Amino acid sequence: MNNPPKAATERYELMEKIQMVDFALVELTLYLDTHPNDSQAIQQFNELAVQSRDLKAIYEKHFGPLRQYGGSFSGYPWNWKDSPWPWQL
Amino acid sequence: MWYYEKKLQYPVKVTECNPRLAKYLIEQYGGADGELSAALRYLNQRYSIPDKVIGLLTDIGTEEFAHLEMIATMIYKLTKDATPEQMKEAGLGAHYANHDHALYYNNAAGSPWTATYIQAKGDPIADLYEDIAAEEKARATYQWIINMSDDPCLNDSLKFLREREVVHSQRFREAVEILKFEKDRKQFF
Repeated sequence: MNNPPKAATERYELMEKIQMVDFALVELTLYLDTHPNDSQAIQQFNELAVQSRDLKAIYEKHFGPLRQYGGSFSGYPWNWKDSPWPWQL
Repeated sequence: MWYYEKKLQYPVKVTECNPRLAKYLIEQYGGADGELSAALRYLNQRYSIPDKVIGLLTDIGTEEFAHLEMIATMIYKLTKDATPEQMKEAGLGAHYANHDHALYYNNAAGSPWTATYIQAKGDPIADLYEDIAAEEKARATYQWIINMSDDPCLNDSLKFLREREVVHSQRFREAVEILKFEKDRKQFF
């Protein structure tokens, strides 16, 4: 997939947003593993889970699937296997 | 099972080709206190640890694979454009002779990864103390590498990884307290 420069910048920005939200989700997951009764943290977790899902839907519409094995829908032709992979970006 | 996601946990950018830095970073790829050791150690200890902390070991073990991918990305980006001459000058001549530009699970000195780096005692306190020590050793290693690196982009990602070691260590310490509390509670009945 050949993206014009503008799309490349948008891709980075959107990816960075996803990375931010997903990082908070990782951090909350580990925290809740040892603090399972913190209802405020659980509420934050559930809110961020929705944000993450929505951001990924936007990203995938423009730049292809993020998640393996049916976690994302495929376009035609099959585009899961398309470059760039994370280390190539 | 596991699902791959086409994204790094945190962005990895490098300023320029720098195989010397890559040589040091390999320590966190296939070294004793590196990310491969961490992931395999925690995910293997899960099966015999009390239920209360299986979730934590699963989640930290999984995050370690994301860190392994970040380290791989750093090494890849730092070496992909290096000439054989540059690899040789950086002390990676022996690596190049065996692997070209491929990554390999060995430490900075070239010793291949070995399962003797990790332990599973079946004793939850012994295992969790090993995990805390592993996180602290990894934190120290990241600090030593940051001290030798003059690449601000790379250091940003390395500082992220250093901080994750601090958080993991903290969570493992809490897991120890959870198990101690459970043990004391049971003695009353």
